[in-house]
Amino acid sequence: MSMEPSGNESPAIERPSMDVDIVCAGFGPATGGFLTTLTRGLPLEDGTLPQVMCYERADDIGFGVSGVVTRARGIRASFPELNPDEIPMAAPVREEKVLYLLDPIGASRRSFTLKSADSLLRAAGVLDHEAFELPLIPAFLEKHDGLVMSIGQFNQWVGQQIMMSGMAQIWPGMPVAAPLIDGSRVAGVQLLDHELQPGMEIKAALTVVGDGPVGPVGRQLDEHFGMPEGHEKREWAVGMKMVIDLPEGSPLEPGMVLHSFGYPEPEIFGFFYVHPGNVASAGIFVPSWFDSPVRTTYRYLQHFLQHPYLWRYVEGGRLRSWGAKTLNEAGRRGEPHLVGDGWARIGEGSGSTNVLTGSGVDEAWTTGTQLGEAVLELLREKKPFTKENLEATYVRRRRASWLEQESLTAEKSRDGFHRGIVAGMLGMALAGFSHGRLHIPGAPIEHMPKVEDFFSERIPAARVDEIRREAASSGKPLHDALMDAWGWPAIPYDGQLLVTQQDALLMGGKVQAAPGYADHVAFRDEALCASCGGKTCVSVCSGQALTDAPERPAFDREKCIHCGACMWNCERENVVFMAGAGGLHSAEN
Amino acid sequence: MSYHIAVCAGIVPDPLQTLEPVSGPQGPALKNEMMLPAVLDPWAAHALYEASHLAKNVPGSKVYLVSLAPKAKLQQVLMTMAQKVAFELVALDGPSSGFTESADVASALAAAIEAIPGLDRSQLLLFGGWESAARAAGTTLAMVGERLGITEQFQGVDALKVGADGSLEILERVEGGKHQVSVCAGAPAVLGWATGSLPEPPNSPQTGMQNMRTVMPALQKAKPAQVGAHAFLSVSLPKQQRTTRIVKDVPAAEVAREIAAWIRGS
Repeated sequence: MSMEPSGNESPAIERPSMDVDIVCAGFGPATGGFLTTLTRGLPLEDGTLPQVMCYERADDIGFGVSGVVTRARGIRASFPELNPDEIPMAAPVREEKVLYLLDPIGASRRSFTLKSADSLLRAAGVLDHEAFELPLIPAFLEKHDGLVMSIGQFNQWVGQQIMMSGMAQIWPGMPVAAPLIDGSRVAGVQLLDHELQPGMEIKAALTVVGDGPVGPVGRQLDEHFGMPEGHEKREWAVGMKMVIDLPEGSPLEPGMVLHSFGYPEPEIFGFFYVHPGNVASAGIFVPSWFDSPVRTTYRYLQHFLQHPYLWRYVEGGRLRSWGAKTLNEAGRRGEPHLVGDGWARIGEGSGSTNVLTGSGVDEAWTTGTQLGEAVLELLREKKPFTKENLEATYVRRRRASWLEQESLTAEKSRDGFHRGIVAGMLGMALAGFSHGRLHIPGAPIEHMPKVEDFFSERIPAARVDEIRREAASSGKPLHDALMDAWGWPAIPYDGQLLVTQQDALLMGGKVQAAPGYADHVAFRDEALCASCGGKTCVSVCSGQALTDAPERPAFDREKCIHCGACMWNCERENVVFMAGAGGLHSAEN
Repeated sequence: MSYHIAVCAGIVPDPLQTLEPVSGPQGPALKNEMMLPAVLDPWAAHALYEASHLAKNVPGSKVYLVSLAPKAKLQQVLMTMAQKVAFELVALDGPSSGFTESADVASALAAAIEAIPGLDRSQLLLFGGWESAARAAGTTLAMVGERLGITEQFQGVDALKVGADGSLEILERVEGGKHQVSVCAGAPAVLGWATGSLPEPPNSPQTGMQNMRTVMPALQKAKPAQVGAHAFLSVSLPKQQRTTRIVKDVPAAEVAREIAAWIRGS
């Protein structure tokens, strides 16, 4: 039998191997749902107890990233008696607002339409701290019956229950490098090589892939098996957040949910959720359709926090946790092949995110529970995990569920954003109210504009060139210098909440990397990097792990939080993002 | 000749976490303690690696990890530690915030060690951290030894050699960066480890699976430990607090100047 890890270009080496029944790559909400459902059905009535293993890259199962508000329909179906008080940082949603944030400083890139709308709103006197609260929230966006949560804490809560059942083992700090592909079958996974030991092969009858939107196993399956006709992963976003200790005496109640658009750039969405204990999560999403070559999410997050509507609540607060991740914004359109012989895909990497409602955690959880039920059915009937059997059980459940109906409604809802923010918002409304029958079409731009062109309105090309040279000689980030020159004010660092990105890594992210592993970010062709004017991979890097250098960006794995944004932001597809170890060490995101 | 090595190890917040003492219903505690990610106390972790190394080199030896910590948190930490070296877990459920009385903790640990089935006390090596990343009182291990009647005690241990006659040659840290060499006839003995000389072992799936046979049952039957019945009059932060920065590409002289300025200013 010829069996080798997909994409493994290193010479063949002798690897230890181990046989289990089911192996999972990645532990997040989807795998949590899968293992919760599966382990409740084990051992089987006839006493069969399959050996179930889950391997997670992060150094703890609670180091996931996502402050979340979710309707929690799937989660509540798994836990009908769920008491949010049992999960640290969880609270029922009590108040929801959608805000249109105006630009209080004049640095935002606003179209004529938006500027006109801003003038009208100001003239009408309907603003509260430079924000317009939408009088109604469309039903498809409401989360009124849901929960505000920390995914890190939720993952811990779920993981502890699974582990204490004794029916499955979840191993953190153990990155999965690749699927073991044997022709049309997946026969398990290969763990990441360490300098002291080659990565073990874990052979299994079923490989469950829940390693997220940029997970190495899922991407290698996409490369090997291709995408279904008409499906593509073309829309992405970087989500970055802070968990904040609010100042004493804050009037905000747990369960308050704010969503925003319009600032710091019209294309950037924001969120603000209040947890119990005078704590809030605040963050932004910088989408791929924001056609700026300077997508410095951290800088934008700091400007977002300083918007007058939010600043009155967070001023005097303290950064408690910080993190970032890539979101697969393609949703249903980005759904890969869900099953094959010996493998199944769940969660965000399987295209489960609803891009209309901006909901992903509950959907991911639900895909996991559906696979859990399917696997129990196959185990009871003693049927093998073939593509046909997994389609008849898992895929059938998924297609018949609310998840599928809602993801079809959402599939094209955001296409309008490729034409601009106004078209995008209208497209979402059309799709939402027509249940997906109508939408505004649009497609991603083929090439990101050059830095000189993007900033030409305010910064002459010669000045851009000067700034580039100054940044190169001083070692300071080019994107910061460009934003300064454009008119964004300097960040008034206070050492508590407004801190440098490096301080955020330490104070908030507590980022660490275990020794003994190779760099997991590489560049295919250095000449391509040398000729790249934008270096978007550097500006978008959530942890400043990539810094500009003459030949190619320099990579520091001790700062990488594995968001994977470098990969999809390189339009030349020159960034190789592989399995790696380490990352965030905060469980509060 | 073989050893029964009992490694006493607590858990502490993962490095770089922001710690803040608060008053809770049970007395002083750390703010958001249950939310903070935890690791095995780094001093004790070195002791565990040394224990594993010794056990591998002395056939028939066995390593017990004896830990008093909140059960749920301990389970989480063990999912990482169990991948590193082989051990049998002895778990006690109780607080690990550092606001517990070390005499209470020592009594609970000693009782748990005495109750290990099949333990040969004549071959017992009691390992642990010389200090602790929780409060660094460094007193617990010595008291566990006392309660077990072990009079050969060594602290600040950096190396252990077993002689052909079963004697133990031990390198202890003393003042001025020097070491003291001591020799004792053999087990039983208490060794409070400093850093030792072994690197952190990489995670191994096989080791993890092997340990899991005892870890989950031990956690499920972990009994509550009777600790923490003392009242604190007050708790305050030390005047000098750790401030961690990671810098790269900064000349050593500049780093030294900054540290000297910090020391002068504090």
